[in-house]
Amino acid sequence: MSRNKNAAAPVLFILAGIAVWQGAVTFSGIQPWLLPSPLKVMATLWEMLPLLAKHSGSTLLAAVSGLLAAVLLALCLAAVMDLSPWFKQGLYPLLVLSQTVPIISVAPLFLIWFGLGLFPKIVVVALVCFFPVAVSTVAGMESADPAMVNLLKVMGSSRWQIIRLVRLPAALPSFFAGLKIAGTYAVMGAVIGEWLGASSGLGVYMTRASHSYQLDRVFAAIFVISLVSLLLFLLITLLARLAMPWYYKERNNDNV
Amino acid sequence: MAILELVNLTKYYEVNGNRLPVLDGISASLGEGEFVGLIGPSGCGKSTLFNIICGLVKPDGGTLLLDGREGGSPRDVVSYMPQKDLLFPWRSVLDNVVLAREVAGENREAAKREARSLMPLFGLEGFENSFPAQLSGGMRQRAAMMRTALARRPVWLLDEPFGALDAITRKRMQRWILEVWERFKQTVFLVTHDIEEALFLSDRVYVLTPRPARVALHLEVGLSRPRSAGTMTEPEFLKLKKRLMEVLE
Ligand SMILES: Nc1ncnc2c1ncn2[C@@H]1O[C@H](COP(=O)(O)OP(=O)(O)O)[C@@H](O)[C@H]1O
Ligand SMILES: [Mg+2]
Repeated sequence: MSRNKNAAAPVLFILAGIAVWQGAVTFSGIQPWLLPSPLKVMATLWEMLPLLAKHSGSTLLAAVSGLLAAVLLALCLAAVMDLSPWFKQGLYPLLVLSQTVPIISVAPLFLIWFGLGLFPKIVVVALVCFFPVAVSTVAGMESADPAMVNLLKVMGSSRWQIIRLVRLPAALPSFFAGLKIAGTYAVMGAVIGEWLGASSGLGVYMTRASHSYQLDRVFAAIFVISLVSLLLFLLITLLARLAMPWYYKERNNDNV
Repeated sequence: MAILELVNLTKYYEVNGNRLPVLDGISASLGEGEFVGLIGPSGCGKSTLFNIICGLVKPDGGTLLLDGREGGSPRDVVSYMPQKDLLFPWRSVLDNVVLAREVAGENREAAKREARSLMPLFGLEGFENSFPAQLSGGMRQRAAMMRTALARRPVWLLDEPFGALDAITRKRMQRWILEVWERFKQTVFLVTHDIEEALFLSDRVYVLTPRPARVALHLEVGLSRPRSAGTMTEPEFLKLKKRLMEVLE
């Protein structure tokens, strides 16, 4: 009931926005190379679908590989930081510092180092996604109940067992919150990587389209990028539900 | 021979640069298969004493003998049930109760089979796959109790296991825990601040003073077993209760 209401409101706003856009373009007579109408964009989207699908595939591959790499790295680092306070003190500021480097400025370096293929794109995505996942995982692990850790110690747990049995499960809700953010960054990161130089992908398609003032294609690409990001987000939400049935059951109980 | 012996244990905490004495020379001894109560006012240091026995907190003085040996490893001897149930919310009841066995690296399936067969005794039949959040307070305590039992250590340290329960559930749990004890024959050291609970359950009771804790009284209960609801109205029970109340005033 309330879910339906939640879904109806944004759909209504989007439809209203599109209607205003269509009306404005029709009545002002603005040139399509400046601003194409939504109907024109849809027509282009339909026409370009096979090509866009091909480019989406390569962007999605870079986004998902980069995201997975970031998650793996972040989990390892979080575990190491948890095992050694010294490591944590040394690394945490570096983590934050890494976030202040604008990705646009370092991405060309990856092209020089790694060429035009998939790899530099994966590196860009991993770099963008790493921070939210790492920080949220570390925070989640810190939030583990110390009394639970003590209980395990009395049972004779090793430090690794404490991480595996308490700290990581306790970090899951926070980890998935970070992963959702990273998921929305991932496609954007891949597109940025493609802008700077690649042979295929939505970013390449977009650059070509905008260089030839085919704004209907640019908008079509934007639409597809949003859609792909959204799909990734939904996939992560689904994964969270599968990985933490207890978390959602608990919350449902609270609501009753 | 005593399975657990405390000799003159002292402990103080450093609070804002001040020395806060908590334990002031506690001595106690628990024989194999005994049920011993530990009663004292809130904040006197009962949980601190348990943390020392578990090896989580270092005493500042005195000795702890486990199984007759000094410097033995608490994890081989004691199983701890802390004041909060500390069931892991991400584990089902079944996965929670076999935790100690899993930590010990034992075969999980074998441990689960044993756990399943014990579910009726712990009143958790049909809830094996529930998450802790779906259980009532009494059921959570019984699950925590089962986790303690399945660890298979000779001594159970129970820190106010029924403290958070309503009076009726509490009374029922007190009779139930004696059934469990009959079944496992473990040594139980039980903290409570409820006089009737201490007398109803224990063979002997140590009474502590307010902080810094000392043993104010060591009482042999001597009521016959098995005990029932009627035990609490026996003249001997009432006499012991009066005695404890006087000491705890
Ligand atoms: N880690 C600690 N640091 C400082 N003071 C503590 C600490 N743990 C307990 N205390 C203090 O020691 C006293 C005894 O606490 P505790 O053993 O929990 O009492 P009880 O279990 O008998 O209620 C209390 O005054 C408490 O505030
Ligand atoms: Mg306490």
